Order: sequence, then C-alpha cells, then structure tokens
Amino acid sequence: MDLLEYQGKQVFARHGVPVPSGRHAQTVDEAASAADDIGYPCVIKAQVQIGGRGKAGGIKLANNHDEARDHAQAILGMDIRGLTVHELWVEGASQIESEYYASVVFDRSAKAPLVMLSTKGGMDIEAVADEDPDAIARLHVDPLLGFQEFHGRRLAFEARVDADVVRPIGAMLAKLYDVFITEEATLVEVNPLIVTPERDVKALDAKVTLDDNALFRHADNAELRDPSAEDPQERMAKERGLTFVKLDGNIGILGNGAGLVMSTLDVVALAGGSPANFLDAGGGSKAEAITSAVEVILSNPNVKAVLFNIFGGITRCDEVARGLIEAFNQIGEGGKSIPFVVRLDGTNDVEGRALLAEASLPNVYAESTMDAAAAKVVELAAAAS
Amino acid sequence: MSILVDSGTKLCVSGITGREGTFHSLRNREYGTQVVGGVTPGKGGQDVEGIPVFNTFHEAVAETGANTAMIFVPPRFAADSILEAEDAGIDLIIAITEGIPAHDELRTYTKIKQGGRSRLIGPNCPGILSPGKANVGIIPAAFFKQGNVGVVSRSGTLTYQIGNVLAQSGFGNSTIVGIGGDPVPGTDFIDVIGLFQDDPETELIVMCGEIGGDNEERAAEFIADSVSKPVVAYIAGFTAPPGKTMGHAGAIVSGSRGTAKAKAEALESKGVRVGRTPTEVAEIAVSLLGAAA
Repeated sequence: MDLLEYQGKQVFARHGVPVPSGRHAQTVDEAASAADDIGYPCVIKAQVQIGGRGKAGGIKLANNHDEARDHAQAILGMDIRGLTVHELWVEGASQIESEYYASVVFDRSAKAPLVMLSTKGGMDIEAVADEDPDAIARLHVDPLLGFQEFHGRRLAFEARVDADVVRPIGAMLAKLYDVFITEEATLVEVNPLIVTPERDVKALDAKVTLDDNALFRHADNAELRDPSAEDPQERMAKERGLTFVKLDGNIGILGNGAGLVMSTLDVVALAGGSPANFLDAGGGSKAEAITSAVEVILSNPNVKAVLFNIFGGITRCDEVARGLIEAFNQIGEGGKSIPFVVRLDGTNDVEGRALLAEASLPNVYAESTMDAAAAKVVELAAAAS
Repeated sequence: MSILVDSGTKLCVSGITGREGTFHSLRNREYGTQVVGGVTPGKGGQDVEGIPVFNTFHEAVAETGANTAMIFVPPRFAADSILEAEDAGIDLIIAITEGIPAHDELRTYTKIKQGGRSRLIGPNCPGILSPGKANVGIIPAAFFKQGNVGVVSRSGTLTYQIGNVLAQSGFGNSTIVGIGGDPVPGTDFIDVIGLFQDDPETELIVMCGEIGGDNEERAAEFIADSVSKPVVAYIAGFTAPPGKTMGHAGAIVSGSRGTAKAKAEALESKGVRVGRTPTEVAEIAVSLLGAAA
C-alpha cells in the first residue's frame, strides 16, 4: 500500500523524523483555515500518488488568506495525470539551502534493507543512478543487527554532505530505518531532504510503501485510504476477497493461480486480444466464489467476452463446472449476452466439460487447451466490438 | 536420483491438525512420503490418523528423527514456526503458507542463511515432488511421472500446466521444485538449477519465472557460467502493468525493473531457449529430449 505524502509525514512525525508542520484539508474552507493557523507563506499541496505534481500546478505557494483560498479552489478536483485531487496538505513554506535524497528500500536482490543517501536531491533518483552512480552512497543493513550509528556516519561522509550536518543526517537515517522496520514498510523515501539556512534538516516530501501482508499488525495504517487511487471495480473485488487488477482491454479473464492468470493474459495478448483484468480465483471452486468473480468482471462495461482458464490440480474440474453452471443461473440477463470461453484441463476435465455440454448454456464455448481458448475468446471479442 | 526430497525424507508437518494441514499430510503419506510427525503446540500426544503430534519441533526431531519440515500454519505464525524448525536442526524446511509479512521473511531468511544448517524452500510455494519417491506439499502428483526433466518454478498452477503437457508427450520428471511467489524466497532459481546440474537423473531443466525481482537475470548468468545441461525457460507477465502486484506478492514490475521482457532477453542472451507460451515451453523441451534420445 502506497501512502500519500501527508500520511507518510504523519508516520514520520510519530517516529521523530523532522517534517514541516502542516495540516490535512479536504475543502477550500479547511485549507484556508489551516493556512491561517500555520501562517504565511505556506504551501498548498495536492495529495495524489504521482510524480510531477509541481509541474502540473498541484503545488502552490500562498502568501495570504485569499491566495490560500484561490489555490485550494484551483487544486481540489484538478486532474493530475489521470488522478483526481480529493485532498490537500497545507504546510509552512520551508527555506531551502540544500536538497538531498535519502531512502530505505527493501532490496529483493540482496535480501536486505538498503539505505541510500545522496546530495543530488530534488530530482529523479533513477536518472541520478544512471548518470552519476557514485553520487549515491549505499549500504546494506543486516536486519538481525539493525541500523547502527556508524552506518549513518559512513553514509553521510561517503555522500559528502556538508560537515556540519553529518550528525543530524545520520540521526535522520536512523529514524527512517526505524520507520521502515517498525511500520513494516518496503520503501521509505525522502526527496528532497532539505537543509535550511538555520542548518536544520527536514523531510520535505515523504514516500512510504507499506507491506499489505503486515497490515494485520498495524491497525492504524490499515485504515489509511487514498480515494484518488481507488478504482471502484478494484474496491468491489477487494471487498469480495478476490485478487484482481484492472487493465484497459475488453476481454475479461479468470483463472486459478497467479502464474497461470498472468500467463493467460500473455497468451491472449499474443493471440491479438487485449485483457480487461487479472483475476485469480485461487484454489476455491465454490459456486459462490465464481458467481462473485463473474459479477466483478462483468461490472466493467468494456468487457465484450470472458475467458475462464482453469487447470485443475487439487481443485477438480467437475466441481468448477458445477460452480460455473450455478453462477450462470444467477447472472442477470444482461450478462448472458456476453460470450464465455471456458477452458477446463487437468483433474476430472472430461467430466467437467461433459457437465458444461449437458447444461447447454447459451453463449458458452468449451475448449481444452489454453491456446485454442485464447484464440476463440479473441475472435468472439472482435466480433462483439 | 532426484533432489531435495526422496525416500529418505522424514517429514514433520507444522499445522498438521488444521484442516488443510491434515488433508495434505495424509495425501503426502498416501503418495509414499514418510510422514513421521506433526507439530501443533498444545496438542502433543494426540495423533492424526496415526501420525504422532508433538508440542515442539525439538521434541519431534528427538522422537522421530525428522529431517524435513512442512509449514502449513497461518501467515502470522509461519515465520516463528520456520525459525523453530531451524532451531531444532531440521535440514529442509518447506513453507507452503502464503501471505507472510515481508519483514518476517527477511529476518527468517537472514537467520537461516547465517545459521548455515537448514535450507528453506518457499514461502508461498506448492512444495516439492520427486515422482515415485516423495511428495511434500500440495502438488497434484497425478500429472507427473518419474523421468529426466527437472522443473523449478515460482508458480504452482503453471508448473502443473507444463508438467501435464510433458507427461502427455511421454516425458517425466526427476523433481519438481516450487520456489514460491514471494519477494524473499528462501531458495532461488540458481540454487535449484545448481542441484539439478549435479543430479545424474536430470537431463533437462525447465525454469518457470515471472515478473518482479532479478532472480531470473541472475539465473541467466549462472547458467552461462556453470550449467552444461539444456535449460528451457518460461516467463509470465509480459502484459503486466508496472506498479501492480499480480497475485503473488513478489510479482510486481517496479518502475522499469523486473519486467518479463528484460528477463526473457537476459536468458536468451545466454543461450537459454524461452518459450512464449507454456505449451511452447513443453514443446521445446520435448524436441530437445527427443533429439538427445
């Protein structure tokens, strides 16, 4: 789960990472009142999870109450690269003398937390890594030992930060590592980390990604929401406990097993089609789960045809077929105009296909191989478009 | 021969008294695996269809000589159970549980690596099957017969899919190893491919990868340097959008990293043949084996 800037900064504040003081606002009145309390000049910032907010006009400096109102009015509801702004963060304007970069990332390759520090802050760090890799100091931490003071010192010296801020920056890195471990994050990034003319260090931005699998231990974090990033169909799927990702094509996909579903998307694309979603129904084959999945798939008006790709392992294809038949009986008339291609292979596949044939469902085509099923569904989707 | 599990495997199942744990322990025993015990704290002294249940792994090891553990407990208890098995001196720990927090996996992985005495397979994997010898996990054994193809995969159902096509063409498997779909697998492609390289029964290796991480890229380097047996690969997720987790916690393209295209190219640049569909992978494997026979 990706946190919005303000959510990340609130998490930072809880762990003692210095951040500018600010307030969250959802309306123009709230923003103006927050700005009055914080004092001027202050910054009104759009809360969406996408880079380039400033360039898009989503970050504005307000020098007085009227400007705060005008900017809040302009930014709320603004579309920034496809995301609608529903929330603002109002914070005191910071004086910036230097812009640095700091992060703690979950390094899958090394299987250890990786802490990075650079004096080249305020820009795209991947570009810095490509053009000037030596400008980024890096250090892996043994997760069983934790972040030590010398780690912070070493990074600060190697990144060549100004000598007078070596200690405060080392201390900030230790706190960012604490955020990473305590909140069970997979990414904690500060870009820019600023040094003010008073030589204070502060996190001017906050990018935090939390591990979804650990949210059961973090009830407060589990409740954090980002309304701009929530797709209604993805929310519907999540509420039903389905593993679902929305895509932009017109062929609905359902399969069992994440790898098989990913592969199904690829095979459909190779056949010339364009998948509308990823949906892993998992090992379960109960009619209820399948009905639920079909409802989610058909709630996307772009869907012109649906492919069910089932390889029965421990799950038996005859059970899946029964679930499908029951699901079809429960689908409304609207859904019945959409063609379904059903590929059943593996345990009891012959029985499963026989059951489907017996039920003679309208608009349902049974196939025995993945490639043939993909070709068929692409043909049907093209005919319906 | 085969790798990792065989007739010498003595299995102890953590979570044996749970519904899934019982079901699969009995299936594994029915297949011929020596299931010597189970662990459920507080249920020591009971039995599951004749399989003795112990309170701790330490007790299970002392009483039964168990050398392999299968972890079937829910995610919040799984890391603890893996660490207990390691502490009890179990050689091979196979973690089926899906949904273990990433930081738990990181600590568990680090402890096992530093300890140097146990090997962890998974988590979030279907287990290991050596056809005709032992089945530890949830792989449906009916699709696989004994043979000379070693399979290592991040995905369960895709493995069954490919194995099924191979079996229909008359080929069997030395061992099928599911390394799992999580960000911190206890065992990587490289480790398993190295074991297959040294296994006399294995003549061809099929690796089944997917988006996320750089496990496949590193395997490509390893294959070029250290593997003389033919390797055929499949990569799932060519059409996956960046930043979205595709079912498996580890299956995510981060920015420009971890794409299927980059993985396929890395493998092909080292001479590994990459099938574009699961069927094509099996066909390539069959053609290579046919040519060798």
